[in-house]
Amino acid sequence: MPHRDTCPHSAVAALAASAALVTGLVLAPADAVQGEAQRLMYVHVPAAWTAYTAFTVTAVSGLAVLARRGTVWDRVGRAAAELGAGMTALAVALGMIWGRPVWGVWWTWDPRLVATLAMLLAFLTCLAVRRWHGDAARGARGAAVAGVAGFAMVPVTHFSVLWWRTLHQPPSVLRPPGDVPVDPPMLAALAAGVLAFTLLGCLVVARRVRALDAAAAAPAEHVSRAALGRAA
Amino acid sequence: MIPPRRRLRRPPSAPWTRRRPLPDRVRRRLPLLLVGVAALALGALAFSGIGDGMVYYRTPTELAGHDAGPAGRLRVGGLVLPHSVRAEGDALRFRLSDGVGTVEVLHRGEVPPVFREGQGAVAEGVLGPGGVFRSDRLMVKHSDEYRAAEPAR
Repeated sequence: MPHRDTCPHSAVAALAASAALVTGLVLAPADAVQGEAQRLMYVHVPAAWTAYTAFTVTAVSGLAVLARRGTVWDRVGRAAAELGAGMTALAVALGMIWGRPVWGVWWTWDPRLVATLAMLLAFLTCLAVRRWHGDAARGARGAAVAGVAGFAMVPVTHFSVLWWRTLHQPPSVLRPPGDVPVDPPMLAALAAGVLAFTLLGCLVVARRVRALDAAAAAPAEHVSRAALGRAA
Repeated sequence: MIPPRRRLRRPPSAPWTRRRPLPDRVRRRLPLLLVGVAALALGALAFSGIGDGMVYYRTPTELAGHDAGPAGRLRVGGLVLPHSVRAEGDALRFRLSDGVGTVEVLHRGEVPPVFREGQGAVAEGVLGPGGVFRSDRLMVKHSDEYRAAEPAR
């Protein structure tokens, strides 16, 4: 159910998503070498970017939890970790679909691919460690520590293509200074994709935090499941 | 403290709910245990997959020193030298270059449609006699450039 204060945000996010679809599928030309498959960049890169951003939020929230700045940070960090895990998995899946026609393989043990899987496992650790103890406060602290420590995988993943030999191409935009070797319409499609994913990600995290708030406020067991259903 | 979770009765339609529930302690710890097992598996596979020397691929110059060839599978990466690609029956022969050294590759297997001369490629296989690299897995390493097929007008 839409919440009142998210309505403008939802509209902006929907608009950004539509703009990304049009620029990515229609306005941007097919790549000279890779052909139409290169359009997967406009969703693969935003998914990875959203995962990086989500993990940053999780790490900052984790620090706030460890500094005892209030339980809301625990819920923000958890919601961001859930989004990040999903986006990392999505980036891997889209990368495989892109890799098959262009690289020729679904998967290879390239440092970037391995680092991305390790980042996914770091997110999953952050989510799973919460329930290791039966105690909610200890679980929150464990998740905070895992979130702060796991964040180390973000720079390792991003810079893996610059630090080591990989099959994966180096970054075209977030890279050492120099010209961005991307045609302007393609860059616009990429920027639109990143914007849409970021806005939708914020929306998902905000809704999830509200659902977790409601679950924490309600005394009964299994409310979190009901709240999840409402938010979905 | 969280009160112990009590399982609600579920509709009997789902077969997996009819089994006896796992003890609460196991249920809570199962996700992290699974992640741990996955991490170990990933580490082991990545270590064996990245291979000897912990580099994803060797350069032709690095391979040039080993005429007999280091034992086992490895990868070699470089640019496909222009005018070096020839079809030989069901195989493809070409040279990979890193600007200094070159290596001859005899590839048997699928060739990615994007594979072409002047582009990057990584071949996976074994270094055979005479310094010929016998590849059975060929991958295209494309650049970080994205351009329209025709110059923008």
